[in-house]
Amino acid sequence: MKPDRTPALLVAILAAIMVGGLALPQWLLFILTIACAQGLVVLGLSLLIRAGLVSFGQALFYCVGAYTAGGLARAFGVSDVFLQMFAGAASAAFVAFVLGFLLARYRGIFFGLLSLALSMIFYGLVVKSETLGSTDGFNLAKATLFGVRPGAEWVRYTVLVAATCVTLAAAFLTHRYLKTPLGSLGPAIKDNEIRVEYMGASVRYAIHVNYVIAAALAGAGGALAATTVGHIDPEMAYWTTSGEFVFIAILAGSGSVVAPFLGALIFGAIHSVAYGLSPNTWQMSMGLALLAAIVFLPDGLWSLFRRRKNA
Amino acid sequence: MQTALSQLGPVIVDGIIYSAWLFIAAVGLTLVYGVMKILNVTHGSFYALGAYAGASLTAAWLARGYPPMLSYAVLLAGALLVTLVAAPVIERGLLRFMYAKDEVVILLVTYALFLVLEDVIKLIWGVNPYFVAEPYALLGSFEVGGLKYPTYNLILVGLALTLAAGLAWVLRATRVGKLLLAVIHDPEMSRALGVNVDRFYLVTFGLGCFLAALGGSFTAPTVSVVPGLGVDVIVLSFAVVVIGGLGSLPGAALGAVIVGLVRSLSVHYLPQVELFVIYSVMALVLAFRPRGLFGLAEPRKI
Repeated sequence: MKPDRTPALLVAILAAIMVGGLALPQWLLFILTIACAQGLVVLGLSLLIRAGLVSFGQALFYCVGAYTAGGLARAFGVSDVFLQMFAGAASAAFVAFVLGFLLARYRGIFFGLLSLALSMIFYGLVVKSETLGSTDGFNLAKATLFGVRPGAEWVRYTVLVAATCVTLAAAFLTHRYLKTPLGSLGPAIKDNEIRVEYMGASVRYAIHVNYVIAAALAGAGGALAATTVGHIDPEMAYWTTSGEFVFIAILAGSGSVVAPFLGALIFGAIHSVAYGLSPNTWQMSMGLALLAAIVFLPDGLWSLFRRRKNA
Repeated sequence: MQTALSQLGPVIVDGIIYSAWLFIAAVGLTLVYGVMKILNVTHGSFYALGAYAGASLTAAWLARGYPPMLSYAVLLAGALLVTLVAAPVIERGLLRFMYAKDEVVILLVTYALFLVLEDVIKLIWGVNPYFVAEPYALLGSFEVGGLKYPTYNLILVGLALTLAAGLAWVLRATRVGKLLLAVIHDPEMSRALGVNVDRFYLVTFGLGCFLAALGGSFTAPTVSVVPGLGVDVIVLSFAVVVIGGLGSLPGAALGAVIVGLVRSLSVHYLPQVELFVIYSVMALVLAFRPRGLFGLAEPRKI
């Protein structure tokens, strides 16, 4: 058996960010943190995609996580990054646990459409709720860590390091989960779920578990995005946000737990460059990039590394 | 209670008008899905393209001083123009190479196209809004329960009924319709028996595109045409056709009526829940009838 190099890779990434982050400009720290947030969502989404289920409603949990963090900050003055991410993950996981009883029965395009409907319901709720700021949303105070409020120029760095720790821990746990019997059911469900049932495994249970994990990751990502941007609004639950996550997942491929973060980073890079070059046609650049990824890299960016290794 | 009941007339009239609009905007989506198994996100772009083409052509028509009564024909021509330009390029140039791919991947291809077309629209028409209210105001208004409604809305209702009847007739009573049913049932076998499946796909996609553009161009006089017009229409059309059952023509009609009435009820009695209630109906229908009200069950594969 090949030695598992993923843990070493994760530790190397953490070290690189802790050291490199000291030298990087503020805007790059911001982009890296947002890539962590989106990467977390996509990591969860790729668990579902492995099982052949494309959710067009991950924005629901992203937004639930963000509003949980925002609510905690507003009602109780909680601004600790770890607490916010944990609370975001927990509330999203709870919502997914309840919805999962319904969604675990659906496959293919119907899974996608029902998850889309659920996220649009939440969008409709938040848009019309005045206590949550309606369409404007509301602002969050600057983040703290273990009760310490970092100086203005250190906030981004602190949040990034905290986010990287959580993100890499999540990636490692997901990596381990995929090696368990339950975690490895995904591709089998995609291939032929009746045979999975014949083997004695419960497809519905496996999907439900994956769905809750995916939601928890998305909730943590949403909370992180909320505290990084410092502002939340209902657009976070709109279907175009879910579309972006699916976009990143396709771009990244599902070869490794690191792939989603790489995908999110490249998505952010394409976005920034396209927007910088021509603000009126950045969506076109994104669309063309997505088309190119589907046509030329059907297994995602990660397949580039694979191919080189085999050659 | 008296006031609540006296609103019932307007609620129903609003509901019917909105249903008609929804049906025109959404029926192309169900058609394309039914024949080609493509859940077409680009539908929203065609809607927006139709709106822009309709608005700018009508504005040019009126500016030249041509008879305003013919502006309805110009709206129609705008939708036709969009179809003739966009549909062949997209179906022949791109989509046909994707048919072998997974349903979800094709959906993503259309999503990518949607992103591209959003900016194409901005490049052609700019970012400033277009107003062409003449066709809307031209026909005067009628009154129901003390409320005035522009007569233009009757055109929408008439258009929806004509489309529904026309499509039902083509599908049920003509040779083309029977061949189309064969293509839907088994494209490979149809091809083997000499049906030109490629042409059916192109025509179906074109028809879907035309219906979306028609929805857009006939909506253009009632709104200000701005970038991002198609984004909301996509999810709304999804809701309509999913409630009725993807690929089902009567389903799209029923879905449009349900969403139309539900929305009009909520707007009149409980405006806070408008968006929420539409998607709740969608989720509720999916929860009890996963394939929609008129959806067909698919056999399980072992």
